[in-house]
Amino acid sequence: MRIAGKGLIDRRAPVGFRFDGRDYVGFEGDTVASALLASGVRVFGRSFKYHRPRGVVTAGSEEPNALIGVGPAEARVPNVRATVQEIWPGLEATSQNRFPSLGFDLMAVNDLAAPVLGAGFYYKTFMWPRRMWEGLYEPLIRRAAGLGRLGRAPDRRVMEKAWAFCDLLVIGAGPAGLMAALTAGRAGADVILADEDARMGGRLLAETITVGGQAGAVWAAEVVAELASLPNVRLMPRTTVTGAYDGGTYGALERVGLHRPPAPDLPQECFWRIVARRAILASGALERQIAFPMNDRPGIMAAGAVRAYLNRWGVTPGRNVAVFANNDDAYRTARDLAAAGVRIAALIDVRENVSVLEDFRVLRGARVVDTAGRMGLRRISVQTASGVEVIEADCLAVSGGWNPAVHLTCHLNGRPEWRSEIAAFVPRPGAVPGLDACGAAAGVFSTHGALAGGQAAALGALADLGVPTPAAALPEAEDAPYPITPFWDVGAEKGRAWLDLANDVTTKDVRLAAQENYASVEHMKRYTTQGMAPDQGKTSNVAALAVLADATGRAIPETGTTTFRPPYAPVSIAAMGAGGAGHGFAPRRYTTSHLAAVERGAPMVEAGLWFRPSHFPRPGESGWQQTCDREVRMVRSRVGICDVSTLGKIDLQGADAARFLDFVYTNTVSTLPVGRVRYGLMLREDGMVMDDGTVARLAETHFLMTTTTAAAGQVMRHLEFVQQAHCADWDVRMISVTEQWAQFAVAGPLARNLLDTLTDDPVDDAALPPLGLREVSLMGVRARLFRISFSGELGFEVAVPARHGAALYRDLVARAESLGGGAYGLEALNILRIEKGFLTHAEIHGRVTAFDLGLERMMAKGKDFIGKGASQRPGLSGPHRDQLVGLRPLRGEQAVTAGAHLFPQGAPATVENDQGYVTSACHSPLLQSHIGLAFLRNGRARMGEVVRMVDRMRGIETACEVVDPVFFDPEGGRARG
Amino acid sequence: MVSLIATDVFHGLLPVLQGPLQLAAATPARITSVMPFRGRAGAVQTALGRMGLGLPEPGQSREGKAAAILWSGRGQAFLLDADPEPLAGIAALTDQSDAWAVMRLTGPGWDQVLSRLVALDLRPSGFPEGAVARSGLNHMNALFRRLADGVEIWVFRSMAATAVEELAGAMARVAARG
Repeated sequence: MRIAGKGLIDRRAPVGFRFDGRDYVGFEGDTVASALLASGVRVFGRSFKYHRPRGVVTAGSEEPNALIGVGPAEARVPNVRATVQEIWPGLEATSQNRFPSLGFDLMAVNDLAAPVLGAGFYYKTFMWPRRMWEGLYEPLIRRAAGLGRLGRAPDRRVMEKAWAFCDLLVIGAGPAGLMAALTAGRAGADVILADEDARMGGRLLAETITVGGQAGAVWAAEVVAELASLPNVRLMPRTTVTGAYDGGTYGALERVGLHRPPAPDLPQECFWRIVARRAILASGALERQIAFPMNDRPGIMAAGAVRAYLNRWGVTPGRNVAVFANNDDAYRTARDLAAAGVRIAALIDVRENVSVLEDFRVLRGARVVDTAGRMGLRRISVQTASGVEVIEADCLAVSGGWNPAVHLTCHLNGRPEWRSEIAAFVPRPGAVPGLDACGAAAGVFSTHGALAGGQAAALGALADLGVPTPAAALPEAEDAPYPITPFWDVGAEKGRAWLDLANDVTTKDVRLAAQENYASVEHMKRYTTQGMAPDQGKTSNVAALAVLADATGRAIPETGTTTFRPPYAPVSIAAMGAGGAGHGFAPRRYTTSHLAAVERGAPMVEAGLWFRPSHFPRPGESGWQQTCDREVRMVRSRVGICDVSTLGKIDLQGADAARFLDFVYTNTVSTLPVGRVRYGLMLREDGMVMDDGTVARLAETHFLMTTTTAAAGQVMRHLEFVQQAHCADWDVRMISVTEQWAQFAVAGPLARNLLDTLTDDPVDDAALPPLGLREVSLMGVRARLFRISFSGELGFEVAVPARHGAALYRDLVARAESLGGGAYGLEALNILRIEKGFLTHAEIHGRVTAFDLGLERMMAKGKDFIGKGASQRPGLSGPHRDQLVGLRPLRGEQAVTAGAHLFPQGAPATVENDQGYVTSACHSPLLQSHIGLAFLRNGRARMGEVVRMVDRMRGIETACEVVDPVFFDPEGGRARG
Repeated sequence: MVSLIATDVFHGLLPVLQGPLQLAAATPARITSVMPFRGRAGAVQTALGRMGLGLPEPGQSREGKAAAILWSGRGQAFLLDADPEPLAGIAALTDQSDAWAVMRLTGPGWDQVLSRLVALDLRPSGFPEGAVARSGLNHMNALFRRLADGVEIWVFRSMAATAVEELAGAMARVAARG
């Protein structure tokens, strides 16, 4: 029910929304909770385990009960707190965990079975037969237990993440946070003020407190306006600081578009990483409940929340309100409601020595022992000295005291300290380096205390930041004491007394945990699931701890605390992973020939981050196999063009460059003449092969190394490490030139004919012998021409600055086509190299030695090089090693498949008999047979032997002959032209 | 005369306009990497001095009349729009003119856009005009130079399309907040 003249909502701006298919109207400034309460809605959802009707309890992000789904069914976001979700025109919300409806829920039968459904029930009951747990019991229990259900459609919402930096991060914009931000902002520090709420002011918006002679909310609005005018202050409303991390880094979740109608590109949430030199925690305090029988009915709420709904939103959750408390603070609820004309049924105070001089009835030394009203509170039973009295009430405002929101101070493993005069935990100073708590978060509950604490914390931070600042006069505010008598549990003789409403955990469950010796807090938590729901037990942790302490005969500080971990409030995974969905997963690297390849209909495959054409289909070809066969024959008989720019290219210069290359390659490079290219092999420090490639000598002290596409980054990193760690004083300088050059392979018997049409420089054997290089002029562009071949044919690679790559590629392909050839893709490239037994990272997979590859002759004897010593360790060479071999099926049409394992003929395909595996396989159009490269135990000594190839994944078995890995032109005559 | 056509890496991608924000191509005409040989940093400094420049400290850049030089890594700088001939023999030089795709993001709020993709402190105190940083642009290696009214962003040529897409997306998201 709305109360005229109360609240900070804009009554001129009505906002329509839907809840469970019904239309409601609230006002701008309303949350779903306040608008529904105003409309008389009491039941917001069904409870987790017993499916009991539940209403809203709090007015903040700590809400355990009022979880709703937001959005249309297929894209619904579950478990949104109705107390946080602002209403906007067109908002569609639904209740959760009920079937078929909120009013009538079939699973409420669980509530009747409650006596046997205590903590541990499922574990004890469904243990046998053991295998039924995962397959049957757990899925059933999970379906009955309840939170919301995720929409099944892919999440298409726009999400965002961002970084921010500041001198001082102030967390929370209540009186303490506002004062801290104002003090630091006026002193000129870079301040970020982050607050969970849509409107800054904290409890000043929820109370009738005055500050500096004006209403608290007015004072807050003025401070916020001043802060907004300061260029060095950044206000971040709707932003929950969710975690404290090392080095002054904080995670924070901002609700950007959740309170607005959807708009293109508008992020729903933004996950911030805020780096702050200093931080002030002014996160306030969370009110706790008292455990009493049947304390979960809709209408039983936190006392502070009841007056927040009244003062902030002009809503009273009841017309006849009772208050139950153990402290003075809750009296404000009764006073504010009474002043607004709401009837106060009674204030029930557990304490004896309190004044009864109020405008409403005060029952001292009394306690609530029962409640009634299934779909909403109707009456309560109160035990007084004179007996049990039944009191009519439709709302019961409960306060068991306030718990400082210490959570962030515990994220780096700090434990809070118990302070008995407020019966609560407070932050341990220094628990998070650079973070100070103040105000209610530090256990100081008066408004004056909050203002003073916020100012003092800011002055401390400013001094640390080197901006010493004098204290300004504080605005006048109440400085009332906070008398409280710890009181946790009325003690239920009949009925259940809930602690954790979100996970349906009662005092009985906690006592049962203690009885079964789950007596440590951490064990109790896991046994009962207390504190494990989306609210992380914010309203129940300390009370549960107190009950556990009582059950185990210990004091609260001895009993300990549970561990608070990030995040403080739920964070969408989609926000943390923003930008990573779909192809945002990784950058796409395009070669200069990309467009030309796509235009020719080439399907693209990803090789590392690069997009490379798989093959170039031509009209009339039946499929990729036919296209690849044609491309292979084209290269073997005419000429083919392939973009090889993706190979890593590293430029090395300096007087010691040759010496350095001798050190990183197994073979000798220093003897390479200028203008020549050499194949090189590189080991890791552990002696395993890291990469292979070529190195060209451009000048006496100038080299160009090529690496494989896959290892380009790894090799660059390796070279930099070797130089900096092992030979920092050598004169060698290196830099990647991969992106500078577009490079194309021109391969095939007609390769030279093609190049002769392009350049006036001769490319005959005399001018450009095998493994030679020269600079040529190509249509006015200085190009590098290498005579190297990865296909086994007469082959050249021509490199031009990348801006000319697109044009040169189209030109080369056109010329090749005129000669009966054309472009070839990655598939044909792979077949060509397998036929020649050339290696890629399918073979150089990180667990092979040069010996395994048959390249031990490339390990120069007369010099040291990286990995040499390690490669000579026993076990890394010899007949027990899996060695590179070729495989050829006995019947050519039978498949050889990569990943298949090898077994001796006649032996069963078991782990014990495993003798190797296939790394590369293809169908060779030339040999009219499948062929493969494989590692086989002592393979080089087993040429001619027949082995079993078994591919369990694909269900293929092939008898293969072990052959030399070079299937085609073993003498290499074709490459020499 | 026969010649090979040169392709603009940003063809069809830039400029991107979003309210007062602009993302435009700004690749220098010539980029040369400069790495002084051992013991020759002084000579390089002198030679650059004659060009009105100097070897920049880490994270710094120097601006001359027609040329500029940026720190680009350990013992490395990028010389822009200048003939590197005076440095031949005293520094390892490579042509990088085609390796980088360079954009300028300018206009009020450029830092808000960039902070969606870059984990750098972009406040004037941490990243003043002329400052240079090697960092990540989301998943990409990149180099950043602070300009008077915005920032210059360098990415590998092959990643230009992804970089434009990411920056344009961040511009749109920031603008959508209104």
